[in-house]
Amino acid sequence: MVLRRRVFGGSGAVCQHETMLFTVQVEVTLRPGIADPQGATIERSLPHLGFDGVSHVQVGKSIRFTLDAADEAAARAEVEDMSRRFLTNPVIEDAAISVAPAGT
Amino acid sequence: MSSRVGVILFPGSNCEQDAIEAVRMLGGEAELLWHGDETVAGVDAVIVPGGFAHGDYLRPGAIARFSPVMAAVQRFADEGGPVVGICNGFQVLTEAGLLPGALQKNRGLKFLCATTTLRVETTSSVLTSGLAVGDHLRIPINHFEGNYTCDPETLSVLKADDRVVFRYVDNPNGSIDDIAGICSSGRNVVGLMPHPERAISPLLGSDDGVGVLQSLLRAATAA
Repeated sequence: MVLRRRVFGGSGAVCQHETMLFTVQVEVTLRPGIADPQGATIERSLPHLGFDGVSHVQVGKSIRFTLDAADEAAARAEVEDMSRRFLTNPVIEDAAISVAPAGT
Repeated sequence: MSSRVGVILFPGSNCEQDAIEAVRMLGGEAELLWHGDETVAGVDAVIVPGGFAHGDYLRPGAIARFSPVMAAVQRFADEGGPVVGICNGFQVLTEAGLLPGALQKNRGLKFLCATTTLRVETTSSVLTSGLAVGDHLRIPINHFEGNYTCDPETLSVLKADDRVVFRYVDNPNGSIDDIAGICSSGRNVVGLMPHPERAISPLLGSDDGVGVLQSLLRAATAA
């Protein structure tokens, strides 16, 4: 997908292009049924520190970036594509995607 | 005619010299292939070696699958050429879609460095044609993400099509159905977590990898 990109001038001024900047967060977690030994280890450790009642600990990763796109739907479509093809391995991982206009 | 085996070198590979040494000891020719080249240089077989290609950043194999050489490996495999992924190489081949499933973190969260016993499950693969079903091989493992997993449908297909190549006798890492290695539907692409190239001399503790790599050399000669 080719998008017209925002072009920054030397003064920091933004040239007039019809795109917006979005902040994106992709939270990658292991799919249900996939072993999460890091989560299990944390869960076993917490009671030793006096934190009782903790369960369902999951360890994942958070990938954050900004993205220039025509609109929010286009931004989301692009992030979903990159998540499926690169940011996650769909065999073992799920992605929770959030997209919001930058600066809000 | 001796066969030429290409061993791919990614930034972060660390078993490529072991593989080259093993192939040469067994009478084959071996050469390095650079991950950034868009060719496999006319070799007769390809080994994707162990290590930490591209630092294992993001996930093991996630970046390596986009290295320029991988498109050439895909074409080579599509034409029936023998391709073997060992350890990190297995992870790369699953990420590239040349083999199904994925390698998740070991059950127990430990990096495992040990000698395991494998059972040969099929002789219909480029790594096991010279072995017998039921053979037990002592082969070392050396991995953190070696716990093979796939969805139930994929597992059914692997079993029904006799594509489980090796199983652990005593499962060290939690792999589904004790799987240590699998092959493609064409049987010319094999991935396994254990390192047969490190078991080619009694001095190394085992020479049970010899028959495995001799099978590969035979497949390479026939290719």
